[in-house]
Parts: sequence; structure tokens; C-alpha cells
Amino acid sequence: MARFASLIDSLGGTPLVGLPALSPTPEVRLWAKLEDRNPTGSVKDRAAFFMIQAAEDEGRLKPGNTILEPTSGNTGISLAMIARQRGYKLICVMPENTSIERRQLLEMYGARIISSPAEGGSNEAVAVAKKLAAEHPDWEMLYQYGNPANARAHYETTGPEILADLPTITHFVGGLGTAGTLMGVGRFLREKVPGVAIVAAEPRYGELVYGLRNIDEGFIPELYDPTVLTTRFSVGPSDAIRRVRELIDHEGIFAGISTGAILHAALGVAERVLAAGRRADIALIVCDGGWKYLSTGAYGGTLDQAADALDGQLWA
Amino acid sequence: MAIEVRIPTILRSHTGGEKTVQGSGDSLSALINDLDSRHGGIKGRLIADDGALHRFVNVYVNDEDVRFTGALDTPLKDGDSVTVLPAVAGG
Repeated sequence: MARFASLIDSLGGTPLVGLPALSPTPEVRLWAKLEDRNPTGSVKDRAAFFMIQAAEDEGRLKPGNTILEPTSGNTGISLAMIARQRGYKLICVMPENTSIERRQLLEMYGARIISSPAEGGSNEAVAVAKKLAAEHPDWEMLYQYGNPANARAHYETTGPEILADLPTITHFVGGLGTAGTLMGVGRFLREKVPGVAIVAAEPRYGELVYGLRNIDEGFIPELYDPTVLTTRFSVGPSDAIRRVRELIDHEGIFAGISTGAILHAALGVAERVLAAGRRADIALIVCDGGWKYLSTGAYGGTLDQAADALDGQLWA
Repeated sequence: MAIEVRIPTILRSHTGGEKTVQGSGDSLSALINDLDSRHGGIKGRLIADDGALHRFVNVYVNDEDVRFTGALDTPLKDGDSVTVLPAVAGG
């Protein structure tokens, strides 16, 4: 279907494309779900739409209301587009160490940005947003880290789309941020595909981002349920950048840096399957395109220069 | 046996400010005991009163989260790389 009543109606239904050059053998294949083909160019459009829809259905949002959300960028951009269409105001609490492109896009969509300190990364953004929500009970915080509609978006759309396009799926690899994609797709696939492996790729940032004052200030998203996962990998900036460049070089796909982390984990999984002499169809998420990260320096210079440039930035 | 352990900022008070330290042990719990013998108090920061890894501490062996590979019983061998990080929000 190629005709839609509006931009929001075109959500989802993204292509799943093979990665023949990066797949190790014809028996161990990688498949990329191109989530950059969503209305604002990221996988977060699905969660944003489902969270707003749920709030409307439950009477928590009426036109003219204000939405508040802690976000490192993509969720905010998705919410901003839908908020514009539906007549809401949007306030995003965003760590100051996020790329300029994300801020510019949010401003173009009419969102107001409240910056949180770079030290502590999204942890601080969550803390600031929770404090603002307590001070402004009339603001509706959708709270992507704990909102069941985030995971439900992927249980009801992303998961079924992947299975329909790849009935022989053996592994799913997604990025771990709010846990929405992994929990939603993971639960759906586990119900339908016996033995399917659900693999999390978690970006490992520079030290600044882990600058907690106390270990008890740590944070685990309320949506996160480790029993849904088979395993979880931490991927640093060098590996993420190397893979994002390989994705362009070998498959022609221009993806954001978090996708490089996911591809790195997927290739690790492929290597293990190959060593065990089994077959595999490994689906992975391309979260967004690389456009919003050009200013980070990740796409130019040597790998070391690019990794140094990312130090201290929230690149996923 | 030499295993490189990366220590997060918040725990470097136990390692004299060192970012990476060397340790030994054939399992994660053996490694943590070995580290504690030279970096007093670090074990108490990593392991909670119930004997399990602290809820907000993540440990990775060769980049894989140990909670999926046997937790404190995760086997270690020479040349493995261990990373300790506090659990923080992503996304």
C-alpha cells in the first residue's frame, strides 16, 4: 500500500532487507529492518504514536494539553511531529550532550527544550523530567521508560511485521535503551517461534555519561524484563562506528551510530552460530539514518578520531 | 592468570584512581575476591547483602553481560576483558 490519509497513517510497514555482503554464508543470513523509513525517520515513531494514542484513549490528553518527556532525541522528534498534528504542546528534557541536529529538528517542530546536565546522561534527563512532572501536574509525562504502550507498539506492529517477512527467523537483535523494542518484539517472537534468541545491544558511552554521584542513583527502565532476553552485549563507540561504516561500504545503508552497535552484536551472534555449524536468519533493527549524527564526527576521519569525537556524547 | 578489569569512575576510590587493574580468578566471584584483597572494599560495592551482584552494577566479560552467562559463576580465562559499569538510562 502506498497511499495514506496522512503522514501519521504511514507509520510502520517498513522493509526488511537482506545484507548479503555482510552475511557470513548463505546459511547464516542477516536481515535489516529499515526503521528509518518511518514518518520522522526513526523506530521511535511507533512508540510515540502508541503512547499518545493510549493517553488519548484513557482521557489523559486533550488538544491544547502539554506533553513532557525525557528524551535523547528521537522519541522527542516523533512526539513533536504527532503533537503538531494533534494540537499538543511538547516539552522535551534533553541531555546537553546530544547532537545539534536533534535540537534543530525539535525546534522546527515547535517543541520546547529543557537541557539537563551532560554528566549522568539520560539519567539526569529522567530525574529532571520527573521533578518537573511533580511540579506541573497538568503536564502529561508519557515516560517512555515505563509506559507499556511503548513495548506494546512493537508487540503489535514491529514483531508481527518481522515474522511475516521472515518466518524462518532464529535471532532478533535490537538496541537497548528504553527496552521497548526488545520487550515488545521479544515477547511476540517468543510466543510464536520456539527457540528464538532475543539479543540486546547496549551502547557503551564515555565516562561522563556514567558520572553518578552514588551507585544507588543507577537506573533500570521499568519496562526491562531480563527473562525476555537471551543475552546482552555492551558495544563501545569504536565497534559501533566501524560497523556503521561497513554497512555503508558493503550494503549501501546509511544508518545512525546505534545501528552500528546493533550490527556489531548481530555479527557476533552470526560468528557463534557459524562456529556451531548451524543455520540462522538474524533480524536486526536499523533505528534511524545517519543524518542526525553527521556533526558528531563519526562519519569522517580515522576510527580512532571518530571514537574520540564521540567521547562524552550521547551517540545512540 | 591476568585479566584486565575496567573500573568506572565511581569505584576508582578503591583502586587509587586507576581506570584499569589486573586481577586473576577462574570465575567472576574468584576475580572479585582477588581484587578485594588488593583494593579493599570493592567487593562490598559490587555485591549486595544477598550475595548477588548489586542491582545497579553491570559487569561484562568480553562485552557480554554476566547476568546471562552465569552471573558470579561466569567462568574466566587468561586474556579475558572485564568491564564494570553502573546501570544508567539510555535511549
